[in-house]
Amino acid sequence: MAKPAPERLVVDAQNISLTFETADGKVEALSNVSLQVAPGEFVSFIGPSGCGKTTMLRVIADLQQPTSGALSVNGMSAENARLARSYGYVFQAPALFPWRTIEKNLKLPLEIMGYSEAEQRQRSEHYLSLVNLKGFERKFPWQLSGGMQQRVSIARALSFDPALLLMDEPFGALDEIVRDHLNEQLLQLWKSTGKTVLFVTHSIPEAVFLSTRIVVMSPRPGRIIDVIDCGFPTDRSLEIRETPEFLKVAQRVRIGLRAGHSYDE
Amino acid sequence: MTSSSPALSLRAPPVRARGVLVERYAPLATMVIAIVAIWYVAAIAMNWALVRDAFEREETPYTISDVLAGTMDAERPLLPAPHQLAAAVYDSVFGYPPLAPRSLVYHALVTLSATLLGFLIGSLFGIALALMIVHSRVLERSLLPWIICSQMVPVLALAPIFIVMLGALGLHGLLPKSIISAYLCFFPVTIGMVKGFTSPDPLQIELMRTWSATPRQVLWKLRWPAAVPYLFTSLKVAISISLVGAIVAELPTGAEAGIGARLLAGSYYGQTVQLWSALVAAAILASGLIAVTALVEHGVARRMGAH
Repeated sequence: MAKPAPERLVVDAQNISLTFETADGKVEALSNVSLQVAPGEFVSFIGPSGCGKTTMLRVIADLQQPTSGALSVNGMSAENARLARSYGYVFQAPALFPWRTIEKNLKLPLEIMGYSEAEQRQRSEHYLSLVNLKGFERKFPWQLSGGMQQRVSIARALSFDPALLLMDEPFGALDEIVRDHLNEQLLQLWKSTGKTVLFVTHSIPEAVFLSTRIVVMSPRPGRIIDVIDCGFPTDRSLEIRETPEFLKVAQRVRIGLRAGHSYDE
Repeated sequence: MTSSSPALSLRAPPVRARGVLVERYAPLATMVIAIVAIWYVAAIAMNWALVRDAFEREETPYTISDVLAGTMDAERPLLPAPHQLAAAVYDSVFGYPPLAPRSLVYHALVTLSATLLGFLIGSLFGIALALMIVHSRVLERSLLPWIICSQMVPVLALAPIFIVMLGALGLHGLLPKSIISAYLCFFPVTIGMVKGFTSPDPLQIELMRTWSATPRQVLWKLRWPAAVPYLFTSLKVAISISLVGAIVAELPTGAEAGIGARLLAGSYYGQTVQLWSALVAAAILASGLIAVTALVEHGVARRMGAH
């Protein structure tokens, strides 16, 4: 794959390290992590708990600051990228605001960013239909299932049209069938919007199915141990998971995870 | 089929409605009946010696049933019988024009105005304090001990000092009473709102950060709505405390009007029936105020999607 010029990279991380001080001493959450992400890529981070995959996403989002290393997001520092609203963030929990209707939840970032009333209405309509939730505008979050709520939170992250989508185990709390369904929807969404997506997951099939690249990470210290390209055709469906090519990539991810695992817990 | 179903639907609901009514009000009614019964027994027991002594002083012959009848309508009973009290309350509410100085309605209104003004001042002050505490660690550490101390001084001791000081500044009547009422009621609001303002989920706060929301936006779009349930819980406590504050404040003012004044005059002249009537007025006022607050809470909660 031809590497694009550094100024065109969406994420350019060089030797990022992050150390926590805890009561039991230092914890190296990230150790010398380097990663380049080009526009339009779908990059998954996979690894056992404590491998730093979520921390890496939070560092890119400027929700946490690295101890050392150089990081640019959209050609700026992570802080400026956050201030410029360059990314949308989806957490594992939908984190909807329970006192707002679905439509008003979608409008919240737009209100904060000062979009006009008309623009807010038009965008909330557009993105709600994009995640197949037309007709739920006036419902409150508790009236929706977990999967629907997570779709609202994805629509909310997309509503202000950021170039980058950061997703931290967005489907981790959902059951297998809902998860499969949302995986297909997310793939559609990624194809139609051309966003760059960074995606944290625990699930090997999910990572292989969705990604153009899989970053395998390992704990203590949190580091990258393998980066796997997987370019399946963009019009793939869930059936691809039965093909030998798919299983080969999944096998390589599994070997990487096993190699990085210390089995000491 | 179509002709029989309307008849069915007409008949069915009342049966179910009556079941619900019984379920809801039977325990309450049982309690009320029990309390009234105990009250009558207590009235007989407490007023017995009083009535008997009166007969003996007048040296008139009397029977047990005479004494029994006497305990039910003594002029200055130790404990007025329920029907006696009900008649007195009815008389002082409907027996005079509402703004006459002998009308209980007039006195209740005087206390109500001080209560409402005190509640308004106290709640706003309480919310303002909570905002400061939530936004600054320094203020939290410097303010909180004083706020807690303020509630450890008995208001009965403070009220006369306030009244005298404010009187020297030329403030009389409604305002000093309201300030004492506010002094009592800001506390639950502050404590409740500190809890409410810090109640949002960490994820919601981080979301606001990813949208680079200003502190003002975080307050109005996240912290304030998240605090609303806590606000109403605090307000329900605060409004009844405001009433207590207003009544206490009416005691040292010489108290020409208000429920506090009626309590003071009643105890001064041994008018137990008047004393009890004032207590009933205070109880009705308190329940009414809490009911109104709960009603507003219900309306707001519905608009905010509560289920």
